[in-house]
Amino acid sequence: MEREVGTFRVKAGLAEMLKGGVIMDVTTPEQAVIAERAGAVAVMALERVPADIRAAGGVARMADPRIVREIMDAVTIPVMAKARIGHFVEAQILEALGVDYIDESEVLTPADEQYHIDKAKFKVPFVCGARNLGEALRRIAEGAAMIRTKGEPGTGNVVEAVRHARTVNADIRRVVAAPEDELGTIAKELGAPIELVREVHELGRLPVVNFSAGGIATPADAALMMQLGVDGIFVGSGIFKSQDPEARARAVVRATTHFQDPAVLAEVSVGLGEAMPGIEISKIAPAERMQERGW
Amino acid sequence: MATIGVLALQGAVREHARVLASLGAEVRLVKRPGDLEGLGGIVLPGGESTTIGMLLEEYELAPVLRAGEIPIFGTCAGMILMADEIEGSDQPRLGVMRVTVRRNAFGRQRESFEEAIDGAPVTGDPLRGVFIRAPYVTDVGPDVEILGRVDGKIVLCRQGRFLAASFHPELTDDRRLHRYFLEEIVQRAAHLA
Repeated sequence: MEREVGTFRVKAGLAEMLKGGVIMDVTTPEQAVIAERAGAVAVMALERVPADIRAAGGVARMADPRIVREIMDAVTIPVMAKARIGHFVEAQILEALGVDYIDESEVLTPADEQYHIDKAKFKVPFVCGARNLGEALRRIAEGAAMIRTKGEPGTGNVVEAVRHARTVNADIRRVVAAPEDELGTIAKELGAPIELVREVHELGRLPVVNFSAGGIATPADAALMMQLGVDGIFVGSGIFKSQDPEARARAVVRATTHFQDPAVLAEVSVGLGEAMPGIEISKIAPAERMQERGW
Repeated sequence: MATIGVLALQGAVREHARVLASLGAEVRLVKRPGDLEGLGGIVLPGGESTTIGMLLEEYELAPVLRAGEIPIFGTCAGMILMADEIEGSDQPRLGVMRVTVRRNAFGRQRESFEEAIDGAPVTGDPLRGVFIRAPYVTDVGPDVEILGRVDGKIVLCRQGRFLAASFHPELTDDRRLHRYFLEEIVQRAAHLA
């Protein structure tokens, strides 16, 4: 057997290895080291965390490759980076830099309002956001090897992540419960390929790992999402926009591992200082909600 | 059959649990020291070795595993945690095997690959190796048997009760390595006890 690089199995396989772990947004090598020492399983290299992107407005793009490189040099854990939805050249650049995962992300300003990146073409795996099963399966059909809830990034408000996780779960329950001769119609309603709907029917879950992202700010938020059945946690602004990032990072990692153990959750939640300031979702105009980006 | 633990602090836990259960083992997920009681063996799954190593110490699982009574099968991050030397790193580890490992030795995710491994001493026909940011072994002590290589690099080895693989048999349908662990290591250790 010849060596095969970039197979779907090694792409989806890395996400399997991240399960039960926390992936943290970082903007400097120093933050990346803090995240690694706290027990993060990977970091997301960014120029600005979502809360700052939201505050700054304007067009948000892929990070400066210099920042991505510095972060890759600073840690031994996997490094992810974000490309704009549909911006396949940003993705090509990130692949050339050697990042371990690309997030085709609604946190950045979309570059294409109609087409997502053809992710199967790349050797580097992609993670994409989803609000429901149809969206998740469309991304997987395009080649995504990992899914995350969209939530509402940069808000410190977990309500949208909960909504998206529960929606995916409800959609999956419906697909599992349906008789096989109804799967075609369900696929049509979901806007998803029938083969993937059949796979969900058989597996009883998404065919790839499903993390939670978008609004997680506390250890309790992380454990809540884990108890709702997600495989792991992305924390964006929640760590480095809080009063004591190091303590909070450690606490979120431990809460994700021991998500079913309230005694551990109580212990790790003590004395973390102020969480990031939160935003009520109804105060964000619908056009400014990042979760509406992509389809 | 014996109860086999799967260390469940983080990583590819469910895949190992599924393979072990399909081979007839009673599977227990391990997060706290109490979960180690009465285990016939334990699997350390792939994941991030820095994260798992840290949590092994903090939640007091490391001393029991380090004592060396419980047979251990480690894959990828599990191999790293079993090694007594990790090149260029002082990260927490169990150190139960006299081997030196190099992390991310084949490169970053872009270079992750599948390739056949000549695992003949253990499995007869070659194994399908799935290597994800994988380590390999650069040096071994006298008691370590080398069981598989890729590019001449050691990717599968055994020292008594301890079996370590750089790759991920749990991501394939090939159950031979898990069966080897259960039959040749766990059962024999139980006989000796």
